Amino acid sequence: MDIETYLKRDYITNLVKSGRRIDNRKLDEFRYIKLERDYCDAKAPGSTLIRLGNTKVLVGISLDVGEPYPDRPDEGVMTTSAELRPVASPIFEAGPPREDAIEIARVVDRGIRESKAIDLEKLFIEENKVWIVFIDIHVLDHGGNLIDASGIAAITALLNTRMPRYEDNTIIRGEWDGKLPVSCIPVPVTQAKISDKLIVDPCLDEEYAADAKITITTTDTINAMQKSGDGAFKSDEIERAVGVAFEKAKEIRNIIKKL
Amino acid sequence: MVKQDMKLIVDGKRLDGRRFDELREIKMSVGVLNRTNGSAYVEWGKNKILAGVHGPRELHPKYLRDPTKAVLTCTYNMAPFSVDERKKPGPDRRSVEISKVISEALGHVAVLEKYPNTGIDVFVEVLQADAGTRCASIVAASLAMANSGMPMRDMISACAAGKIDGEIVLDLMKEEDNFGECDLPVAISPRRKEIVLLQMDGKLTREEFKKAYRLAIDGAMRVYDMQKKTLIESMKIEE
Repeated sequence: MDIETYLKRDYITNLVKSGRRIDNRKLDEFRYIKLERDYCDAKAPGSTLIRLGNTKVLVGISLDVGEPYPDRPDEGVMTTSAELRPVASPIFEAGPPREDAIEIARVVDRGIRESKAIDLEKLFIEENKVWIVFIDIHVLDHGGNLIDASGIAAITALLNTRMPRYEDNTIIRGEWDGKLPVSCIPVPVTQAKISDKLIVDPCLDEEYAADAKITITTTDTINAMQKSGDGAFKSDEIERAVGVAFEKAKEIRNIIKKL
Repeated sequence: MVKQDMKLIVDGKRLDGRRFDELREIKMSVGVLNRTNGSAYVEWGKNKILAGVHGPRELHPKYLRDPTKAVLTCTYNMAPFSVDERKKPGPDRRSVEISKVISEALGHVAVLEKYPNTGIDVFVEVLQADAGTRCASIVAASLAMANSGMPMRDMISACAAGKIDGEIVLDLMKEEDNFGECDLPVAISPRRKEIVLLQMDGKLTREEFKKAYRLAIDGAMRVYDMQKKTLIESMKIEE
C-alpha cells in the first residue's frame, strides 16, 4: 500500500460513516459496467472484456477434448484459472498465480459450477472423451472488486461461447457447431464492510479501507459465498448482505440479458 | 481449414485481398491503463496487444542493480485464449526469447543512464495472436514507454516481410506465416536508421533477402508515421 492510499483510508472511513462514498455512489450502487462480448472472437470460442469503473478484466473461454474425471465419467469438465497480470497493478508480479489469483478463480468457479450454469452432461462425447471448458480470467487493470468483474465477464462470455466442430476424433479449429449449453446466469456481488456499514462493489481505495469483504453469488438460489479480509461480520450483517446480493444480481443479470 | 498445399496467392492477390506491399489494418492508442506509468494498445490485423510500463522503480533483488543505468526488462506474455489451441499459462521458450530480443531493442533507445540503480519493467500482453505478434509487441512497448514519459533517443518501429508462393510480401498473416517459405521480422530505430531487431527463418537467396529486408524497413517506416501520429494526438488538450 502506498502512502497516498494509507492517508485516504481515514477519509473514506469517515465518508462511509456519514453514508457517502469517495466517488459519490450510493452505498448499494455498482460502478458503471461496460461489457464487450466476443472481444477476441478471431481465436477464442468465447470472450468478454468487462470494464467495471477503473477495473478491466478480459475473460477468454477455450475448448478442448480430453478425459473426464474418474468419478464423473459421463460429464464434461470445467476449469477456471485467473492471472493477475503485471500491467494491472505495480504490485502484481509475473509468475505462477498466488493466493489472491487462486481465490478469484475458485470463487468464480464455484458460482458457475454449483449453479450448474454449464450443462456438463451435454459435453459428453463418447466413453473416456468429453469436452473440457477452460475459463481463463486475465486481469488487465486493477481498480478494485476483481471477483465481481471476473464473475460477470465469465458468465457473459460463456453465454455466447461457440462449440468447435468435432469430426473424426479431431477438433476443426475455426469452424463452429452450435453454442455451449448454458442454463442460468450466476452473478457474484461483493460487499465490503467499512465502519459497520456495508457497501456494494468496493473500488480499490475502498478495498484498502475495508475491514472485511463478502462475496455472494446467486441465481434463484445462493450458489457460492466467500468471506475475506481480517475483519468479521455479525449475523444480521450477513443476512442483510444476502438480500442486497439477490437484488443487485438481478440488475446485473438484466444488463447481461440485454446484450 | 487451411490445407498444407494451399495457394497463398490467387490472381496476383493475397488471401485477404492485400497487395504484396500492403500492411494489414493497424490501430493504435496510448494511455489505456490506469495503474501503469505508460500504456499502449495496438490492433494489427487480428493481433490485439496491450503494453504497460512500470518504473523507473526500485529494483529487487539488490544485486541486479546497475550503478551506471536503469535495468530494462520486457516481458512478453500470451493469454491462454489468444490462440486456437489453449496455451498453457506461463513463460515458454518462445516467449522468453521474444522477451529478450524486445528488451534489447527497447534498451537501445531508452535513456537508461538517467535512472541508475532502478528497474524499468515493460509488460506486453498478447490478447489475440495472428502472426507478427513480436513486431506488434515491440511497437506497442515502444508507444507505452513514450507514453510513460521515459526519455528516449528514438522510437522503435517494426514490421515483417516474408516469402509466400515464391513472392516477397510484406506483413505476413497467420496462413502465410504457417505455410509460407520465410519470415523476416525487422525492428528499426527510424530516425537513426539502425536495425535493433532482426530475425529470420526459412529460405531466401541473397537477392530475395535484400528485397525482403528493404520491404520490411519500408513497412516499419510506415508504422513509425502511425506511431508519431498516435503520440501527437494523445498530447492534444481537449477543449
